[in-house]
Amino acid sequence: MEDMKKIVLDYVIEEYLEDEDEEITFDTPLISGGIVDSFSMVSLKRFLENKYDIAIPDEKATPEAFDSVDKIVVLVQEFLKD
Amino acid sequence: MSYSNRVQNIYQEQLQAIQEKGIFKLERYIHSSQAADIDVEYPSGSSLKKVINMCSNNYLGLSSHPEVLKAAHEGLDHRGYGMSSVRFICGTQDIHNELEHKVTEFLGTEDTILFPSCMDANTGVFEAILDEEDVMISDRLVHASIIDGIRLCSAQHDTFKHSNMEHLEKKLQLHADKRFKVVITDGVFSMDGDTAKLDEMVDLCEKYDAMLFVDESHASGFIGKTGRGTHEKYGVLGKIDIITTTFGKALGGASGGCVSGRKELVEICRQKARPYLFSNTIAPVVVSGVLKVLDILSQSTERRDKLEKNTEYWRQGLTDAGFVLRPGDTPIVPVMLFNAKLSQDISRDLYDEGIYAIGFFFPVVPNGQARIRTQISAGHEIHHLDKALDAFRKVGKKYDILGKTKQEIIAQFGL
Repeated sequence: MEDMKKIVLDYVIEEYLEDEDEEITFDTPLISGGIVDSFSMVSLKRFLENKYDIAIPDEKATPEAFDSVDKIVVLVQEFLKD
Repeated sequence: MSYSNRVQNIYQEQLQAIQEKGIFKLERYIHSSQAADIDVEYPSGSSLKKVINMCSNNYLGLSSHPEVLKAAHEGLDHRGYGMSSVRFICGTQDIHNELEHKVTEFLGTEDTILFPSCMDANTGVFEAILDEEDVMISDRLVHASIIDGIRLCSAQHDTFKHSNMEHLEKKLQLHADKRFKVVITDGVFSMDGDTAKLDEMVDLCEKYDAMLFVDESHASGFIGKTGRGTHEKYGVLGKIDIITTTFGKALGGASGGCVSGRKELVEICRQKARPYLFSNTIAPVVVSGVLKVLDILSQSTERRDKLEKNTEYWRQGLTDAGFVLRPGDTPIVPVMLFNAKLSQDISRDLYDEGIYAIGFFFPVVPNGQARIRTQISAGHEIHHLDKALDAFRKVGKKYDILGKTKQEIIAQFGL
């Protein structure tokens, strides 16, 4: 779980942060906080699906479910159990 | 009654929420033609106020140019008011064909198809030329109409960090297996006023066998030495596969847009693009006006040269006054205020001083990047810019932000 959090956080930093000084944590609001726009969320979804060999249906890949690293990890765990 | 109280209440709550967020949009009624000096009724019902317009897309000052008006009148007299048809039934006149040829020549492309607007061009083009086997890779700051076009298309999509060529290259590598790859960008970005690095993008697209799409709405007519656009500025005329642009900004400011580029792609749009097939042809009066605009621009670079000088003067004046600006050299000059309320307060105070400039904040621009977007025109004279600079200095002094850095303004007002 902690490993997964770190992996997702690293991906978000690499993929989305424009400013190297910007700092985010596991509970930083990503979409409502304007760090990840909902349109660009698609690469995060693709990364999670490839990395963890899961398929996240579009209706589950909501801006709310992707709004922090903590929430994303909960979502991924849900599909890993299936 | 289908529009029940329950339905009405839901819509009323939505409108209330928009108002509570402070993003409710109110129109300002302009009682004059579009120009540097305009008469504005705002709020509704108030007496008219003469203000200097610092926020229009009338970059070349051609929206009310006498020669354009004369040509529009002649178009009205000789080709009528409307065509009551889409293009392919009975809505194509000789002047539509003539305009497509002239735009092709002006942009340095192979062929052009007109659309009712550039919004329609952007929403129609991707769906027409791509399918599930393909991928669209767009800059994260492209215009909303492009985002809508991407959403309407069945091809996969991905994004890259704004103007970040390393990130774009990674995405091109990631999607190497797709049938077609299309890299999508604005030429000039409407909120920041910076330009896409089209020379580097052309190189990357050639290296990775991708097509390049550029929306030139905030560039056509004035960017580049002869105003052809961002592709002229970066020395890549003839190397852009798809250009979309509008006639609703510098090129007369009325309405209409187009897709211009590789002839096969344009022909596919003619056969398949839904906004072309199912929306009315551009009115003859507008076509006639745009033809005259292109004539004017082909004869002389005087207007774009004046715009360039005005922009330098304005940018230097704001810099000397101590404002934080987005770097760039286009007529879009954003004055950065970072705090949303501050952008609204300053916009209101500028209006009181006779300067019409609008504040933008999240979600129109990223959170914490609120600004006043100023736009310069060849229709501005130096006395307009001097008066506007006086007003900016006065209001900037009132809020004590002159000479302050981004961090100091954020420390003072918050994000």
